[in-house]
Amino acid sequence: MGSFLPSTAAERAGLYAALGLSGPADLYADVPASVRVGGALELPAPMSELEVRRTLEALSGQNTRFSTILRGAGAYDHYIPAAVGRIAAKEEFVTAYTPYQAEISQGILQSIFEFQTMICELTGMDAANASVYDGASAAAEALAMCRDRKRTRAVISGAAHPDVIATIRTYCFGSGMELAVAPVRDGVTDLTGLLDETTACVYVQHPNFYGQLEDCSELAGAAHGAGAKLILGVNPATLGVLRAPADYGADIAVGEGQPLGLPLAWGGPYLGFMAATAPLMRKLPGRIVGETVDAQGKRAFVLTMQAREQHIRREKASSNVCSNEALCALTASIYLSLLGPEGLRQVGEQSCAKAHYLAGALCALPGVSLRFPGPFFHEFVTELPRAPQVLAALEAKGILGGLPVEGGLLWCVTEKCSRSELDEAVAIVKEVLG
Amino acid sequence: MNIPTELRYAKSHEWLKEEDGVCTVGLTDFAQDSLGDIVFVNLPQAGDAVTAGEAFGDVESVKAVSDVISPVTGVVKAVNDALLDDPAQVNADPYGAWFIQVESVTDTEALLDAGAYEAHCAEEG
Amino acid sequence: MELIFERSRPGRGSDLLPPPDVPASPLPEAHRRAAAPRLPEVAESEVSRHYQAMARHAFGVCDGFYPLGSCTMKYNPKLGEDLAALPGFTGIHPLQPEHTARGCRSVLDRAGAYLCQITGMDEMTFQPAAGAHGEFTGLLLIKAYHVHRGDTGRTVILVPDSAHGTNPASAAMAGFTVRSIPSTAEGLVDLEALRAACGADTAGLMLTNPNTVGLFERDILAMTEIVHAAGGLVYYDGANLNAIMGVARPGDMGFDVCHLNLHKTFATPHGGGGPGSGAVGCKALLAPYLPGSALGGGGGAQSIGQVRAFHANFLVVVRALAYLLTLGNTGVRQAAEGAVLNANYLKHRLEAAGYSSAYPGLCMHEFVLTLEQLKKQTGVSALDLAKAMLDQGMHPPTMYFPLIVHEALMFEPTETETPETLDRAAQALEALLKTARENPQALHAAPVTTVIGRPDETAAARRPVVRYGFEEG
Repeated sequence: MGSFLPSTAAERAGLYAALGLSGPADLYADVPASVRVGGALELPAPMSELEVRRTLEALSGQNTRFSTILRGAGAYDHYIPAAVGRIAAKEEFVTAYTPYQAEISQGILQSIFEFQTMICELTGMDAANASVYDGASAAAEALAMCRDRKRTRAVISGAAHPDVIATIRTYCFGSGMELAVAPVRDGVTDLTGLLDETTACVYVQHPNFYGQLEDCSELAGAAHGAGAKLILGVNPATLGVLRAPADYGADIAVGEGQPLGLPLAWGGPYLGFMAATAPLMRKLPGRIVGETVDAQGKRAFVLTMQAREQHIRREKASSNVCSNEALCALTASIYLSLLGPEGLRQVGEQSCAKAHYLAGALCALPGVSLRFPGPFFHEFVTELPRAPQVLAALEAKGILGGLPVEGGLLWCVTEKCSRSELDEAVAIVKEVLG
Repeated sequence: MNIPTELRYAKSHEWLKEEDGVCTVGLTDFAQDSLGDIVFVNLPQAGDAVTAGEAFGDVESVKAVSDVISPVTGVVKAVNDALLDDPAQVNADPYGAWFIQVESVTDTEALLDAGAYEAHCAEEG
Repeated sequence: MELIFERSRPGRGSDLLPPPDVPASPLPEAHRRAAAPRLPEVAESEVSRHYQAMARHAFGVCDGFYPLGSCTMKYNPKLGEDLAALPGFTGIHPLQPEHTARGCRSVLDRAGAYLCQITGMDEMTFQPAAGAHGEFTGLLLIKAYHVHRGDTGRTVILVPDSAHGTNPASAAMAGFTVRSIPSTAEGLVDLEALRAACGADTAGLMLTNPNTVGLFERDILAMTEIVHAAGGLVYYDGANLNAIMGVARPGDMGFDVCHLNLHKTFATPHGGGGPGSGAVGCKALLAPYLPGSALGGGGGAQSIGQVRAFHANFLVVVRALAYLLTLGNTGVRQAAEGAVLNANYLKHRLEAAGYSSAYPGLCMHEFVLTLEQLKKQTGVSALDLAKAMLDQGMHPPTMYFPLIVHEALMFEPTETETPETLDRAAQALEALLKTARENPQALHAAPVTTVIGRPDETAAARRPVVRYGFEEG
């Protein structure tokens, strides 16, 4: 039964008879003969469940699973508590559609309301949406929120993630928004001379792609001084210890939610989050859940401010987003509920401390030094001789080393790595560098 | 249905009051009634140019959005910011809940008086 | 239901991490957070019960009949969940060296090859994360094509008036002007209006086929020819591919680019609103413009760039590949036939029960009822009937769409429903029609069995409360 049809051939014959049809060909009378598929498609023959399982297991077996991952660059290997996956796998959550029918979707709607609240708490913002596709598309959507008739230009930091910069460029190719990329000096963003009265917003990633902490307060001052908005792209796993974007003066905070309990999964599905100050709330794209009451006065949650959205505003909508990453948002909420403020603080402090431990140990080796002088969080770039050999030697021991970037290797350490794993990695690097 | 005789009306259901060269624009009782509960109003900013026959803003109900059309060409002198916090005023008091005031008016659409507008509404029914 | 924040008690939590084994590394003062975020402090047992309570107030495909038109709520095979959880997939970093992620690449390559077969396209990208994201990507391919040919006057995308809202919204995001093409009384695109709308400014036409009223555009070859003759390209919105997969291919109808909703047609779950996957297929003429990733590779010199980070909603593609392998070369067509058969059977039963179809005759995988007459006679609206279905344990059909049908209810039963489920639904709807005529008030008051009654959406939108208030709470 390779088609997941629950009805038997005899039952289907009964349905055709009830319709006065002789068979499947009659259903497609409107399809011109010239476009009908003649024979079978060039696909394999149907497989049983066991055969499909074997096939996919074999494919997964062609990948290398690293036991220690010292690479981040937009995808982070944090510890995921056992309860996260178990709870998020409930069939009711997994197989529901977008909660259009509020009366039977209070669980989904409430979970989104709780997610929005948690994102607001992490970022210090007044409002958040139900999620968008990922951190890169969240950044691109945030730019569009800031554009108006008089301000049609955006300035983005050259120290942002290269995929985020490229995504923003592509969205701007669509919208026609003008774009300037701010240069990187000593590993941080330099806005000098880039802002003018047509600048709608400035996008800065913090910590940036190189792991460096940006002087966000100063950047906010510069943006606001020119009448522009500041959008901060942040890593939510840092926000148990790092200042909230709103505290720096940001108007919009966006980011990649993958560090909050989602597996690396070769890049997706991940989770874009977006939060903003109250005046910008109605500019947020996509689904937003609001609290209200029913006729009896009972607390209820609904999709709200829908007249912003594409199904009502059509070509005048500021975004086309409808499906988002609801199950990933639910997963992040479960993760944050299990960690609580104390757990998230530990994740941040330990990631930061372990990254500094590794940086110190690597820089004690001959010829190795930090590429940038400023403070960093849990990622850093080393200048290091014989990088390809170092990475190969690490790979042979099941360790994924830093990512090759211009000027060196970009390393990342999370709370998941133990000191002995870091010591082992350093020993391997030391051996290669001799 | 309330159609004050001292106002003039556009077929797209905006009312207009002219005083000392300043035109005040709002939505009619007929419009607010057919739109239902208005939940948000998008307004232009003071200083923006508006053009007769073109949308200067919109009103949102829960499941719909409708343009609000300017009956005149000119420059926005003032906007009624109170509607941003309390859009329900448009339903409760359509002729008090003005949207914008326009000055430096150079062009005005052909408008209806109360009687002609009432007939127009009856047609749209 | 309590909010998770209302379950919070100071000091509660779980021991998840060992104590630090390296010296602390304090942040500079200027970057240190002053006050901790008010995340809930709850034990794992409480988290577990909280989400169990929420699951009880959610409605999935596992809970009952889900004929939500245009959304293809077919059964989501559990095998896909198992395979998407394989550590050899979940534990792979997106920026691992290519030779250590060959299995992941193969998943995309194989799924891509099969979907090209099904659509008649030459290339497939899995970068878009959902259908609307795919539309945006596909339209940028069209834009890049015209721009690279120096044909910059093509600024208009044609969209039928029956189209999904995402079509015009995506076109606007891609910088196009939208021109709407009217439908005929039969529910099909007006061919003469299309011809009249095409010209030197035509960048392309976006179309679903079968269209949103569930009818196959039988003049499809003439339509794509008209657009091509005017110098435009034709975009296939794959939202409705479930009706015709294995039977007819967009590529053979003259479409140049398409998106597929893997979370509709290819049985990956919707997750309460995502994650989906909006794979985009195109003919060779658009292949040079396909997206890549700055860090992850792919994308040629003329690429539009990228629409998200990294490669794909990869685990969604794993599930879709499992589904494709299960269906195989014969099952794809059988699934489509089953979907169309079930839709026609339910339509037939509902017409016999006294409901009015917006368009008579055979439908494809979905059909639209109009309750316009019923509303005039009894005051019972499409919304009332939908809410009453909640009390019958069914998810209602899509309401008030497409916009060209008044008091519309759009049913898409899918192939994974049994005849007895369709019979039961028809009986329940027949009974509701009787109630509408005898006691309309009962339907205005529905639903009565759900955890809340109809919510006050006006209050929610006028004074939005989009986060928990803590101090007031």
